[in-house]
Amino acid sequence: MHLLEITGLTKSFGGLQALGGVDFHIDELEIVSVIGPNGAGKTTFFNTISGLVVPDEGRIVFEDEDIAGLEPSEITKRGIARTFQNVRLFPDMTILENVMVAQHCRTETGVWGALFNTPTFRNEERAIEERAKDILGFFGTRLTGYRFRQPAYVLSYANRRRLEIARAMGTMPRLLLLDEPTAGMNPKETAELTGLIRKLRDEKGFTIVVIEHEMRVVRDVSDRVVVLDHGVKIAEGSYDEVSSNPDVIEAYLGRPAEEGA
Amino acid sequence: MNQMPTRRSATDLDWDRVRRWGIYAGLTMAFLSSIGMVESLDKRLIVDPILSLGFLALLWVPVAFGYAATYEEAKEGMAAPEKGERDLIGGLAAGLIGGLFFVAFIAIADAVDLRGVFPRIGPALIDLLTFGRGTAVGGLLWLMISGLLGMFGGLLHVLPVRVRRAVTNALTAVFLVALVEIAVVDIFESLRLTVISDWIYAKNGGVTIAGAIVVGALAALSSVRSEGDAVVRFRTRYATMEGDERKRFNLIAGAVGLVLAVVLPMVLGGLTNELLANVGLFLLMALGLNLVVGYAGLLDLGYVAFFAVGAYTTAILTSPLSPKWTPMLTLDFFSIEGWVVMVVVVAVAALSGLVVGTPVIRLRGDYLAIVTLGFGEIVRILFLSDWLAPAFGGAQGIRNIPAAVAGPAEINGTKPQTIFYLVVIFVGIAVYVAWRLYHSRIGRAWAALREDEDVAEAMGVETTKMKLLAFITGAILASFGGMIFAVKVGSVFPSSFKLIVSIIVLVIVIVGGMGSIPGVVVGSLVLIGILGGPTQPGLLAEFGEFKLLIYGALLVFMMLRRPEGLWPSVQRQRELHQEEILQDAWLKAEAAADSAGER
Repeated sequence: MHLLEITGLTKSFGGLQALGGVDFHIDELEIVSVIGPNGAGKTTFFNTISGLVVPDEGRIVFEDEDIAGLEPSEITKRGIARTFQNVRLFPDMTILENVMVAQHCRTETGVWGALFNTPTFRNEERAIEERAKDILGFFGTRLTGYRFRQPAYVLSYANRRRLEIARAMGTMPRLLLLDEPTAGMNPKETAELTGLIRKLRDEKGFTIVVIEHEMRVVRDVSDRVVVLDHGVKIAEGSYDEVSSNPDVIEAYLGRPAEEGA
Repeated sequence: MNQMPTRRSATDLDWDRVRRWGIYAGLTMAFLSSIGMVESLDKRLIVDPILSLGFLALLWVPVAFGYAATYEEAKEGMAAPEKGERDLIGGLAAGLIGGLFFVAFIAIADAVDLRGVFPRIGPALIDLLTFGRGTAVGGLLWLMISGLLGMFGGLLHVLPVRVRRAVTNALTAVFLVALVEIAVVDIFESLRLTVISDWIYAKNGGVTIAGAIVVGALAALSSVRSEGDAVVRFRTRYATMEGDERKRFNLIAGAVGLVLAVVLPMVLGGLTNELLANVGLFLLMALGLNLVVGYAGLLDLGYVAFFAVGAYTTAILTSPLSPKWTPMLTLDFFSIEGWVVMVVVVAVAALSGLVVGTPVIRLRGDYLAIVTLGFGEIVRILFLSDWLAPAFGGAQGIRNIPAAVAGPAEINGTKPQTIFYLVVIFVGIAVYVAWRLYHSRIGRAWAALREDEDVAEAMGVETTKMKLLAFITGAILASFGGMIFAVKVGSVFPSSFKLIVSIIVLVIVIVGGMGSIPGVVVGSLVLIGILGGPTQPGLLAEFGEFKLLIYGALLVFMMLRRPEGLWPSVQRQRELHQEEILQDAWLKAEAAADSAGER
């Protein structure tokens, strides 16, 4: 019984088949990397899981329920959160607010609570703020203290990526989808983030799917690697198995000239 | 080659710019005269007997354009451009060019009968513009006046900051004192201090010369003593307040506002109360629209529909002349009946918010704006239609809406005081609702929605539900406005709910500052209080026919110069002034790193 099990996932945009029947599964507390050349359908794969794109066919079973075609907010509520390849924060909201708003689906006081400032409302607000501070504290002192009240756009690129992960953590998911978390980072920051991904699993208990181009990161974090090419899964296994697989090498580097003729 | 900055000579000017602004000035003056503004506004005196509002409408032009002609932007990281006699010359030249164009306009208007095209250009206007001394003398005078005023505009660059502030403050103060004449006279009258107001204000209206000198001198003196622009300083301070301090300030401001709201109507006369009631009515709607546009970022151009729904619901429930249903309830705030009316109004508004909202809520940006625009008109046309006339009275509307009652007091339009109190209560409710919601989980969800709808959805915000909530809350606040409007006017007609109401409420929100409660308050005071609503006169009642022109000009100016509004919300400020805030953040980070290093 897997945490997430996907069978025959298909999605076409007009004539372009982005996903051509992908099967995928991940178990509790596993870290799986999804790799593949540009245009392989990795981000579409994430978009269909998180509900931003509705798949044409296929089942996405999360905790025994088919979530294919649900609203993104509903899927987030079920416990899947994601980050974006091109960091998409709420730039004019403060750093703290960015994480606070992510807890929207885990809280419920409505108009009445807010209007009459009920004890429930106040307790919940306090809890939201505490939890947000707690989550930001996970990233050291970079996003804490005076940073809480600063708008998100003042952050450096690496810190924006960290805040995006923090925001995803704010939705209190079981499954985290990280879309190229190290893109645009320098080697030092990349190494640090690699450690952080492991810590997310080991200390916080998230199950993680990560799309990544940086092979060192893939090697260091993954329990298992899935390779997509042209919307089809071409290989699956440990990093070593996959990295020596001829199909994978071909997908990345092309066929040797003498065979291609 | 590395050159030392040399002193620029007195005529080293951007002559292109001077010429351009000079021409603009002349054309603006000609335009303002030919639409009849000078003539119509001439009746309102600012300083008796030397300056009327009509001439003021012309005379600001060479000053402002002379100032603009010699304006040089101080580029970042470069020394500020040197100011000196050049600016006087530039201003003078721009003023003269403007004057020349204007004189040409007067001469042409005198020689050729233009009344076929510009009905407002007639002998009376020429007579007024030439001071009754013939074209030649009048033209010469205008050249001189325009040149001197242009030079004064240029001079503003040269004056030391303190002096410049003293001069501008003195001029603004005199204008403002003349502006609020009716209100001040009312207050002094009820305080039995007519001696003072009689001395400041002339019999024909306007400030007396002695009064103007005293007021100007006082304003100049007070500004010389202060450091910097008080308003700007105050706003910056308010923006940097945190937590408890801001809460305390808001509390004090609220208390002062409340005391003013209770006391003012007692000392003011009927006309001023009427005016304040109108300000409050539009403020109420602007607060509601601010929730929709400013908080949730949904551009609703059909907001007047909910105002109309509130007004018609009240009319049907209370008026004996309602064509179909006549429950004839009394809007008595101290009895069950009044509460029934209010509950029904809220329910109908919420329902109509839901009905209009559900189909359009999935649209975004421009599409949403256009569809809501359509809905707003549909609602008005439905009320107007023959088809629904048996229920809503068609073009005749519904008349004889009885006064609202609060215990022994009757509230209706003939007693503007009572309406004002009613409006204040509902504005209080609206401010409270907006403020509470904004600082809650719902407010944060709206902010996220406004920033990036897709991501908000992906982060677990039920965007459809939150958008509908914003729509419905806004609709309810507008319906309160409609209820008060119905009681105030005593009758409702479809023609009271035209598109222009939506537009003006939106302009209030934009000019005041989107998403900012104090901004919306300032916006409605300035726009409705001074200029007036679509059919309601403001302090400058003479502006009547030119109101829309001024609204438009103001909107364009604000979009170019202060897109964040008069009193921006913290978030809008962040959005539009990223560079300054980035700089600030960088300094803070440095400081934090320093103190960490010391430890």
